[in-house]
Amino acid sequence: MAVLQFREAIRDAIDEEMALDENVFVMGEEVAEYNGAYKATEGLLDKYGFKRMIDTPISELGFAGIGVGAAMNGLRPVIEFMTFNFAVLAADQIINHASKVRYMLGGQVQVPVVFRGPNGSAGQLGATHSVAYDSMYAHFPGLKVIQPSEPDDAKGLLKSAIRDNNPVIFMESEQMYGLKGEVSEEEDYLIPIGKAKVKREGDDVTIVTHGKMYHVSKKAAAELEKDGVEVELIDLRTIKPLDLDTIIESVKKTNRCVVVDEAHPFGGVAAEVGYLIQREAFDYLDAPVARVTLPDVNAPFAKNLFDIWLPDAKDVIDAVNTVTYRK
Amino acid sequence: MAKKQEEAVFTPIGLNKSNNGKLDKAVELPDPTDTSYKDLGLTKQDLVGMFESMYLQRRFEERAMQMYQKGKFGGFLHLYIGQEAISTGSVWAFNDDDDIITAYRDHGWGLVRGVTPEAGMAELYGKTDGCSKGKGGSMHFANVKEHFWGGYGIVGGHIPLGAGIAFANKYKESGRLAACYIGDGAVHQGVLHETMNMCQLWKLPCIFVVENNGYAMGTSARRHSVGEIVDRADAYGMKKAVINGMDVFTVYEKMKKIAEEVRKDSLPWFVEIRTYRYRGHSMSDPQKYRSKEELEEYQKIDPVERMKTFILENKITSKKKIGEIEEAIENRVLEAIEFAENADAPEPEALFEDMFVEENPIFHK
Ligand SMILES: Cc1ncc(C[n+]2csc(CCOP(=O)(O)OP(=O)(O)O)c2C)c(N)n1
Ligand SMILES: [Mg+2]
Repeated sequence: MAVLQFREAIRDAIDEEMALDENVFVMGEEVAEYNGAYKATEGLLDKYGFKRMIDTPISELGFAGIGVGAAMNGLRPVIEFMTFNFAVLAADQIINHASKVRYMLGGQVQVPVVFRGPNGSAGQLGATHSVAYDSMYAHFPGLKVIQPSEPDDAKGLLKSAIRDNNPVIFMESEQMYGLKGEVSEEEDYLIPIGKAKVKREGDDVTIVTHGKMYHVSKKAAAELEKDGVEVELIDLRTIKPLDLDTIIESVKKTNRCVVVDEAHPFGGVAAEVGYLIQREAFDYLDAPVARVTLPDVNAPFAKNLFDIWLPDAKDVIDAVNTVTYRK
Repeated sequence: MAKKQEEAVFTPIGLNKSNNGKLDKAVELPDPTDTSYKDLGLTKQDLVGMFESMYLQRRFEERAMQMYQKGKFGGFLHLYIGQEAISTGSVWAFNDDDDIITAYRDHGWGLVRGVTPEAGMAELYGKTDGCSKGKGGSMHFANVKEHFWGGYGIVGGHIPLGAGIAFANKYKESGRLAACYIGDGAVHQGVLHETMNMCQLWKLPCIFVVENNGYAMGTSARRHSVGEIVDRADAYGMKKAVINGMDVFTVYEKMKKIAEEVRKDSLPWFVEIRTYRYRGHSMSDPQKYRSKEELEEYQKIDPVERMKTFILENKITSKKKIGEIEEAIENRVLEAIEFAENADAPEPEALFEDMFVEENPIFHK
């Protein structure tokens, strides 16, 4: 095991895939000369040159679509968005084209493109820079959506994403790039897309989460442990396809579930997981599934409001207390 | 023998023969005007006022930067330092009720359009007394009452908003024009081209101004843009101009003429004002993409210093008076900081305010 920062795990995954397949290239704003706005592509320009590390103008719609077209024509683009908050401008290419073209053309083409970059909020950056878009992309048939929370998952899943022959949305977080963790040194380390991971076992309550909220939930689980509550912590890692089996198996054991999701409540991952649990494990539930999400409000700038806005460990503990009737 | 094919390369590199597209000079400035201030219709008082405004913008941001570095507030902080002649010359050229909209590099624009140093600083600190109630922060200064429609954080996002404001002005026959300021990087958002076409087609009283400060984040304008930015206008048959943005008289002269024309014929303009960003893109930018020499080139023609020198050399006012002005501004900025530090943070209820216009809107839970 090597200890790597999240950004290093991302870079290593891209590096390894670029070394293996010359059709893999990286394109996005500031990815080459600047080494990535968050240094996730550091050193790759030196190694692979200007042909395969491509700085773009600020033209998200255009370069996302060029990525789709290039993928249709045999390349394997890794398209970086400085954040998914800016991918909104490229939505037409991702939603109307990447996800649909294979189907519309009766399977004549494939679109092996990865769209990657940070998702969600990163401190006081205001309303337009703070939205979690994972459930939005998961809504559309034809896209796979991944959001890892630790360097090891990031590396194994990004390598799988780049090798996948479908369009994949791969989400990170500005606030996790510096996070260190052990990463497998196995040669060609691949984690299958669509597999959640139980990262902490417990009998009392299941917490289903992903991305940055995994770390919030982990903190809450540590607090709850002191209080004698054993949390089973599931990191989804892939949002779509969703690993329902792992969730249901755990809920059947704990009989209680809290979903922690860094998105607004309406139609988010928490809503979907909650529905599926009642469909698949209704008789096993000892309490209604609870969720912890952002409020139905845009991100405020002011620090004190932002702190209220973003879910924290206390919110998770409160929700656990509710489903365990400890209040 | 087959010739070895050169490797395909996509981004422009090796501009000016220097390595990796590093440039000797990011923007070429056109000559400043040689019309005298009197012929421009400016009074001595105007000149002093322009200097005051530019100096306030400069000191406000220099102090804000210090406070940011001390960790007094968070978020992004994009400084306008070096570009103050553009905001100042433009606002002096326009009518007070002409509409202005800009990107996130907006502190200078706010200060010259009625955001007080107190309200500005409080916004940076995320306080209720901020110009946007602490909801927006650095990127979203605004003073809509005085026709400053704010700063926007999505590159290019406000381009059609500017056109929409102009559309409403034409619709209501208000006689007001709208000026939409964007960065050189924003030129490459597709929406600019959609908007320019409609503006020309519908004769909207709108002036698009590209503040070409040489860089979009770490990418020099010459590396992200084909040809001259201003020539985008040609495709739409739009009137165009290139202006020296380091000289406030030049900005004033050209923008005034343009504004007068727009008011007469309601035809849009596409203007490139060339300037230079002295500081990093935001506060965490190592600036490896440019040379110190390049920066110094432009600091030699600093717009604030240039105005001060002009005032002193032409005896517009005394050195003593200028000293007093500077001191007063310095004090005002320090007071603004104190004000912001002591101002109240928003009440928790404010989180749910300003989402909808109703007093008790329904929020999904
Ligand atoms: C749609 C979108 N893409 C990317 C960004 C990130 N970003 C913020 S500012 C910036 C550079 C903009 O440069 P320019 O338009 O020249 O304005 P300047 O910063 O020089 O004032 C970038 C890429 C963004 N905010 N919005
Ligand atoms: Mg710029």
